[in-house]
Amino acid sequence: MGIKSYRSTWGNIFITVILALIAVFMALPLLYAILTAFKPLDELFIYPPRFFVRRPTLKNFTDLFYLMSNSFVPFSRYLFNSIFVTVVGTFSYVVIASMAAYPLAKFRFPGSRTMDQLIILSLMFSGYVTNIPKFIVLSKLHLLNSYFALLLPMLSGTFGLFLMRQFMVQIPDSYIESARIDGASDLRIWWHVVMPNVKPAWLTLTLFAFRDFWNDTNSPALYIHDEALKTFPLALSYVNSGGIARAGAAAAAALIMMLPSLIIFIVTQSNVVETMKSAGIKE
Amino acid sequence: MDSERKRYGSFYETLQEMKKNKSLYYMMAPFMILFLFFTVIPVIAGMYLSFTYYNIIQPPKFIGWSNYIRLFLDDDVFLIAVKNTFKFALITGPLSYFACLIFAWLINELKPRTRALATLLFYAPSLSGSVYFIWQYIFSPDMYGLMNGFLMRLGIIKEPNLWLSDPNLNLTVIMIIQLWMSLGTSFLTFIAGLQNVDIALKESGAIDGIRNRWQELWYIILPSIKPQLILGAVLQVVNSFAVSDICAQLAGFPSPLYSAHTIVLHMVDYGSIRYEMGYASAIAVILFFTTIIINQIIRKLIKPE
Repeated sequence: MGIKSYRSTWGNIFITVILALIAVFMALPLLYAILTAFKPLDELFIYPPRFFVRRPTLKNFTDLFYLMSNSFVPFSRYLFNSIFVTVVGTFSYVVIASMAAYPLAKFRFPGSRTMDQLIILSLMFSGYVTNIPKFIVLSKLHLLNSYFALLLPMLSGTFGLFLMRQFMVQIPDSYIESARIDGASDLRIWWHVVMPNVKPAWLTLTLFAFRDFWNDTNSPALYIHDEALKTFPLALSYVNSGGIARAGAAAAAALIMMLPSLIIFIVTQSNVVETMKSAGIKE
Repeated sequence: MDSERKRYGSFYETLQEMKKNKSLYYMMAPFMILFLFFTVIPVIAGMYLSFTYYNIIQPPKFIGWSNYIRLFLDDDVFLIAVKNTFKFALITGPLSYFACLIFAWLINELKPRTRALATLLFYAPSLSGSVYFIWQYIFSPDMYGLMNGFLMRLGIIKEPNLWLSDPNLNLTVIMIIQLWMSLGTSFLTFIAGLQNVDIALKESGAIDGIRNRWQELWYIILPSIKPQLILGAVLQVVNSFAVSDICAQLAGFPSPLYSAHTIVLHMVDYGSIRYEMGYASAIAVILFFTTIIINQIIRKLIKPE
């Protein structure tokens, strides 16, 4: 590995120290959140405030479940809505975006340039901008207050398409040409040639989509008024607004919200690293 | 449009070309239909609504430019929101972008296990939309707050600071928290991009006389991940102009003296609370054009053609 030879020891030490300092800045608040979730009430009000927990308890979690079970709609219903929307949404988002990205990344056909421009343009503004008209469109389509209202506006996001396009552009044309000469259809080429080559990209996209669907409070708050169709994070946010007396329960809620995304993160990222070992798109 | 016409010639030839590529259109269709209904139509409808008075109950009434005139000449709070939003865009935007790039690059060179741990640490804050509430307790305005308690014990301050409600302090505090949360999407996109960089390219660079890792970064790595760099830049601009939830949650809505008010919050205020949809749409249109203009400038900077 001659490639490492021009790296100085001092440079390595310097970089390690900087990274370690910033890692501490990143980690401490999270650690504090985790510890707070296990703090009994008297430790939350102690002076001077303590970072670590003395007598860890699960009471915050049981309090949270008690709060949730007293809510208007059974807590399992919120959970089901969230899981359903997240699973269906993530899968559809990744498939729809990747499928649309391939033609735009690799071909020129009538309308493709205009589409490209439109998508780049739409990437440049946030979804907040169209919240009001989206509400009107959903109501005209009679989709307000349904699972479609939680799914469709998010599925129309261009981030996924653009991410996949940026990675697919890097695939050598010769891969696709040779598959076309062998008589494969575009759909087959996309699935068997293009997608395996951009595995880090769609794994990463899966993670983003999962996180966004799972944490989404915008759509349920705006487009759903039936309590039985609302989602878990929205229900939890009512707990968050309870002030310091509920600090423990709120920290417990945040931990529970984080857990699924964390698991998906660990699964996808270990896969990204796996793919990377055999990596490198070469011509 | 010109070059397209030149390439396909007549209408008939275009039709032939479309027929030849029909499988490509099918592949794009699901996305395109969603895009039409939930992006194209809403954008056009929003532009129309911005010229109307609309309160949901009565049909929209056309009033010309008056929403825009009121916005710029008669709404001091809007100007505060613009100022705050630009502060986010000019300070946290670039800082977070370069942090994402540098960390992605450094982390990518670590040994696999350390790399996995570091990636997790840097990414975790943006995993849950609700985890930043913990900063509320860290910056709690009394002596029970972790930061106040810590600084008072060290004797740096005597009285507890009102971190999140003091109009002189809160924006800075929120910016730090925003930085903490923002190492998410662009960071992972860069990591995925770096893993696609061909190792052979680095090796041949070493042979061709690259002397240190900065040169390697500049001449080999950055050009190889340009598509991801552009995506990351666009995302940063969009995110910093859309800052809202974090301000409302931490500094309150509305914040004291509107000290942490942003453009999106101003829009939410008029849209969801006062039901002045026309006025809220005018704010949305201004935000829409601002982000597009800034993005065009940044894309020109990254991608000189």
